[in-house]
Amino acid sequence: MATVVYKVGDDVSTDAVYPGRFMATVLPSETPQFCFADDKAFNTALQQKAFAPGSVIVAGQNFGCGSSREQAASTIKGHGLVVIARGFARIFLQNSINLGLRTVICPALEAEVGDEIALAEAHVRNVTRGADFPIVPLPAARQAIIDAGGLIAYTRTRLVAARAR
Amino acid sequence: MGMTVVQKILARASGLASVNVGDVVEPAVDMAMSHENTALVINQFLEIFKGTGLEPRVWDPSKIAVIFDHRVPAESAKTATNQKKVREFAGAQGIEKFHDVRGDAGGICHQVMAEEGYDRPGAVIVGADSHTTSHGALGAFAFGVGATEMASVWALGRAVNIQVPATIKVVITGRLHAAVTPKDVILHLVGLLTAEGGNFKVIEFHGDAIAGMPTSGRLVLCNMSVEAGATAGIVPADAETVRYLREEAGVTDPLDLVQPDADAVYDRVIEIDVSTLGPQIACPHTVDNVKGVAAVAGTAVHQIVIGSCTNGRLDDLEEAARRLKGRKIAKGVRMLVFPASWKIYKEAMTRGYLGDLMEAGAVIMNPGCGCCLGVHEGALGDGETALSTTNRNFHGRMGNPNSDVYLCSPAVAAASAISGVITDPRKEG
Repeated sequence: MATVVYKVGDDVSTDAVYPGRFMATVLPSETPQFCFADDKAFNTALQQKAFAPGSVIVAGQNFGCGSSREQAASTIKGHGLVVIARGFARIFLQNSINLGLRTVICPALEAEVGDEIALAEAHVRNVTRGADFPIVPLPAARQAIIDAGGLIAYTRTRLVAARAR
Repeated sequence: MGMTVVQKILARASGLASVNVGDVVEPAVDMAMSHENTALVINQFLEIFKGTGLEPRVWDPSKIAVIFDHRVPAESAKTATNQKKVREFAGAQGIEKFHDVRGDAGGICHQVMAEEGYDRPGAVIVGADSHTTSHGALGAFAFGVGATEMASVWALGRAVNIQVPATIKVVITGRLHAAVTPKDVILHLVGLLTAEGGNFKVIEFHGDAIAGMPTSGRLVLCNMSVEAGATAGIVPADAETVRYLREEAGVTDPLDLVQPDADAVYDRVIEIDVSTLGPQIACPHTVDNVKGVAAVAGTAVHQIVIGSCTNGRLDDLEEAARRLKGRKIAKGVRMLVFPASWKIYKEAMTRGYLGDLMEAGAVIMNPGCGCCLGVHEGALGDGETALSTTNRNFHGRMGNPNSDVYLCSPAVAAASAISGVITDPRKEG
């Protein structure tokens, strides 16, 4: 079980997740401090480690649209959060898979901040509301990367195999 | 079954006779581009090699372009140090398509790629920047990736696990009104499709309005295709593509003008007659919040931005200079002009456009992205409104969450600079 700690609407851009003015900071070890930096209250709570790992951000359609900045994925991952959205923008979804940020596509999801969530294979259970919402599997093409533990590990294996030939 | 342009490109690059939508392929990459975020790409690239005993070498330095544009010259010690790290890496790896901070070459990556001839029809181009869709203007399949994916390309020379995207065919017909531009066409289309209407799909442009449109305008359409969520925008290569690459980019190699099959299968077909289209404007805070300019005419503006990878080309600067020559920018309004490249900057200077804009009160900036994404110069004050020819108006985009950004063409921006309020350029001289 995990708690919904933040909720955003449709078309939330990576500018909102990780504002451009912090883009000179690139390393995954350093990006978490600027997570949703323009929302002072949420950012402060994150910095104070107010949320247990595995806590959930609930989002609407097209989450992570706009800039390809990978900091938007690493900054959320750095706080150990999971993103459950009605839909994700392509590049953000890909970056999340590549970095190992857990993302769940759940088109009909209904949840509010404070709700308790349980993640099953095929659905998201909103325990607080006693309702299940089906999960859309991630693109099949990406499963190998998830299984490898991220794109760095995946590419490393491929590279070693390729150069051994 | 016939193939779209992108299916054909992916089949060729993956060594296959044909591919279907949804197939998983690993296309060889013809060009891999990144900018300041190369600092992160290098970090991830070195991570890949850790523990392998292999020497970290990029797969092919001649297929990598690194172009500084996001924060030039560096705005902070941190950026300067990142740029230094990238400069040293490019030197050590033999990356010759490296465009440093200098005035005799370079500029904004999406313009430099086109004018240096790094973009070719039929090519697979990946860029660590979402507006990499721009390069579809020259008939390439070009899409944005994150830094780690770019590092993977540097190591393997392939984009791994790519799912062949479906394609939306957009047929644009009719003749644009004199004060209506490709920017208005793409704003209209993004409004129509919405910010996610093209997600995971390609937009393939057709129609007589495209056939008669110069590459500069096609770059605008493809640049902003990503604002509808599209993986890529693409104009199948034609006589204009050849003209541009031969005459303007100096390309002499044979060109592969990949065309879609007549029986290609499209996800949907959208037809737009632009002959009655008026100037469009994207209102805060999403790019798909598009209206006719009349709907917000009279709104006071504080900062006007002309330029960027979207609208910083010679025809854009010419349009602005023509409207502002001998006039003055309204009091209380500041105008920043960002030519898309140094080549354009120099030509606009020679032709007198920059002088005309300066006389009107504009500040000519060096080519760069900083203002558009709020990282470097041109930030907005609390409660201020910007009218900009750039491509995004998200909350806080121009460096301040307590400000508004409207997106428009250079014609709307220039007309509004004189009046100080959002103005329909058809009503201005």
